[in-house]
Amino acid sequence: MKRYSPLLILAGTVIVIQLLTLITGKAFLLTQLTMSAYYVLVAAGLCMVMGYAGQISLGQAGFFAIGGYTTAFLTTIDFSGKTATAVYKILDSMGLLISKENLYGDTVIHISPWISLLAAVIIAAGTAYFLGVPVLRLKGHYLAMATMGFGIIIYRIVLGTPFLGEADGITNVPEFIIFPGVNVSGDFTSRVGNYYIAWLLVIVGMFLLLNLINSRVGRALRSLHGSEDAADSMGVDTARYKVNVFVIGAVFAAVAGFFMTHYNGGIGPSEAGVAKSVRYVAIVAVGGMANLWGSLVMGLVLNFLSLRGVFGHFDDAVFGVILVLMMMFMPEGFIRKSVFNDLKTVILRLLKKEPEKFKQGAEIND
Amino acid sequence: MSAEQILQYIFAGITVGSIYAFVAIGYNIIYNATGIINFAQGEFVMLGGMIAYTFSQYMPLLPAIILAVIITSAIGGLIESVFIRRMKKNSVLGMIVVTIGISILLREASLYVWDEQIRALRFFTGSEISSVNIFGARISPQVLWVLGVTIVLVIVMFLFFKFTLTGQAMRACSENSRAAKLCGIRTDSMVNLSFMLSAGIGALGGCVVSPLTQTHYAMGTDLAIKGFIVAILGGLGNATAAVAAGILLGLIESFSISILPMAYKDVVSIVILLVILLVKPSGIFGSVQASSMKDY
Amino acid sequence: MTELADLSDPLLQIRGLDKSFGGLHAVDNVSFDVMPGTIKAVIGPNGAGKTTLFNMIAGFLPPDSGKVHFRDILLTGMQPFQVAQEGFLRTFQNLKLSSHLSVLNNVLLGYHTRSSAGFFSGMLSLKRSRMEERRAVETVMPILEWLNLDNKCDIEVGNLSFGNQRAVELARALAADPAMLLLDEPASGLNMHETEDLAERIQEICSQGRTVLLVEHDMSLVMDISHEIVVLNFGKKIAEGTPSEIQKNDDVIRIYLGGDDA
Repeated sequence: MKRYSPLLILAGTVIVIQLLTLITGKAFLLTQLTMSAYYVLVAAGLCMVMGYAGQISLGQAGFFAIGGYTTAFLTTIDFSGKTATAVYKILDSMGLLISKENLYGDTVIHISPWISLLAAVIIAAGTAYFLGVPVLRLKGHYLAMATMGFGIIIYRIVLGTPFLGEADGITNVPEFIIFPGVNVSGDFTSRVGNYYIAWLLVIVGMFLLLNLINSRVGRALRSLHGSEDAADSMGVDTARYKVNVFVIGAVFAAVAGFFMTHYNGGIGPSEAGVAKSVRYVAIVAVGGMANLWGSLVMGLVLNFLSLRGVFGHFDDAVFGVILVLMMMFMPEGFIRKSVFNDLKTVILRLLKKEPEKFKQGAEIND
Repeated sequence: MSAEQILQYIFAGITVGSIYAFVAIGYNIIYNATGIINFAQGEFVMLGGMIAYTFSQYMPLLPAIILAVIITSAIGGLIESVFIRRMKKNSVLGMIVVTIGISILLREASLYVWDEQIRALRFFTGSEISSVNIFGARISPQVLWVLGVTIVLVIVMFLFFKFTLTGQAMRACSENSRAAKLCGIRTDSMVNLSFMLSAGIGALGGCVVSPLTQTHYAMGTDLAIKGFIVAILGGLGNATAAVAAGILLGLIESFSISILPMAYKDVVSIVILLVILLVKPSGIFGSVQASSMKDY
Repeated sequence: MTELADLSDPLLQIRGLDKSFGGLHAVDNVSFDVMPGTIKAVIGPNGAGKTTLFNMIAGFLPPDSGKVHFRDILLTGMQPFQVAQEGFLRTFQNLKLSSHLSVLNNVLLGYHTRSSAGFFSGMLSLKRSRMEERRAVETVMPILEWLNLDNKCDIEVGNLSFGNQRAVELARALAADPAMLLLDEPASGLNMHETEDLAERIQEICSQGRTVLLVEHDMSLVMDISHEIVVLNFGKKIAEGTPSEIQKNDDVIRIYLGGDDA
């Protein structure tokens, strides 16, 4: 259980931050924190692919877009005029349709987001698999260009396809009701709930990925990063492992895209852009490449600042500067393992000595 | 499709294809000298067009273009000596990331200097409505300029690498940089020169096509990937093949528009890239030797 | 071959392996057997095709023609990882280690073929997966102790001396409990003391019932520990026999003592 203590600290921090925004009357910050959480999820998935398994991917935003656009498209189909169709009858009999009134008092019947979640995951995983099997045989520049090519394809498709809204994207995506009372939406009243949903998702994601890193599979992945021949010669099916981790990264991105789309009530083509993919790469790079916690911290900080508009007109430039400086001066990342481990031991020591209340206090200070 | 239409498509394809070839030649020069694929190559094209446009407000076209090429070359050299040379760890992943970072910086700096407006250089001869009649198709004289400059470039490159001492030294570096160093060639300055050269060539390309395809601060990314497709198609490291491949890709794109929606034009070429990478990474026109560089 | 004298079947059968690179015939129709429980060495001057031969046997390089059988399994055409899964493990001349991972993790990688936890049980940290991890550590610890690496478990491999890195590579291969071990120049880069130590280890490995095939430059090491030796020159097998037979072989002497017509 000891290795889950960082996750408990994360959970504690999440609660503390929410309480702080409440006390200071800055609850509006929760919106950006929620969105940052979803971006963190994408970065965490990429961190596995790029940081741990060493396979550069410049198309991560493509998978985010696949998740977002899948649900946006499926849940905005209105079945209200199509009650006679077979599709409607089948879906209705299975209880997979949701009926409600829109702003103008008309009845809108749409598919349950649970279906579109399933579809998003399946499409993203399938795409990643069929892209990954051939493409992950490539290395270095070739892999970078091939994955970037994939990203551009997705971008062009969402930009050029009428039923995906072209340049405007898809809006009016309905809320996602997880269970009655808990829903993912941009509704002002459910802001706190959404903040917790997003970060709970991050915590679950981190739990899964941390476990994976510390498992037999994680070791094989990290070793194939160091030397593919070494992993190969020890019986690791490197081709399959690379594809699998690529699929996992894609599913993380797609799930994040799904939730973000319901949270924002829509999605636009910029989410699929190469600039976004590069951003995720920058986050993983500053986070220290093979460092999931680094990706989390930097993903939160950079996205939060960016969403707050701190970087102003220089939003993209900031990520460019980060990439260049990091690679030149700190190829090991800003949040290096050593620094982070030191911090962890300090926190753990504090945790052991101090009573329960102090737990969260220690975390704020860092 | 009428014969004139087909000719129109062909000339449009050749024009875009030439600019892809300019980018691909730029890739080749740097790749040969360093083994790096410079993701900022497309930005050189953009810079060339933008700088020339600015100068052309105050002076005739020719000096404006010359200045643009010189300044972009200097920027290229600067990038090498400030960033690339100082890279601590020379990993492929690091180089990819750093050149992507540089491309973002160049793009954002241009946005700051020139804003979001689309600009176009003056036509070299005539104006946008003037045309030459070739086999019944009406072609802008600028297309001929593009073709002419491309042909001259390939010839000059060939002569440079074959007959000048500097060109031979650069080739020696690419084949075996350690041996070249031992022979007294300053490999550092050769790498620097390769960045300057490829930046200058990119800028020249950017100037020549600007009247036709226009210049926009964010045009670099698309050019980078198209240029890479062409470089791969032509087999990395071969200038003549790059031009052939560039024109081929230009034609494919040009004709794809007649079948598919305009927006899917890029999809077609990227699918071509993926197929080539998987089936024949040495390129259609390339040698088998280049495929041994698959590691990069 | 001594089919009548020896009742047991060869563990490894190499038949007519052939490989050319361009105009260079790197390995030219090489055949030999390795009997179970023995140490066999492949020697030859630089460029004799030893490493090429090795890479073909281990599945890292497809041969132009010829076959390799391990027990009754055809190794030729298999991927390296499949070869390893058959209990046929190799080391590398130019160490291939994950330098940013700890010694323990590098060696645990060797246990990969003996465990089975996949992506899902790994992500969910199922009990089965954790038990397996514990068993893996228990299994590799004695190997680490045996190679004097047990006090270096948590050190990143990149920070170790070259000799220790070689030991890690050996430990990693042993963690897979291989029936057969291919050692590619295991003594290169080691000092005399370390080489002697290595010789002992290899003999012990053999006495545990494992079969060893090694490529080596160091003649004294090879002569000391091998049961049988194959000599390659310009890709061709020019001699095969016990160390004493090889020492008396005229062709071998000519090559090694500077024959001018070699």
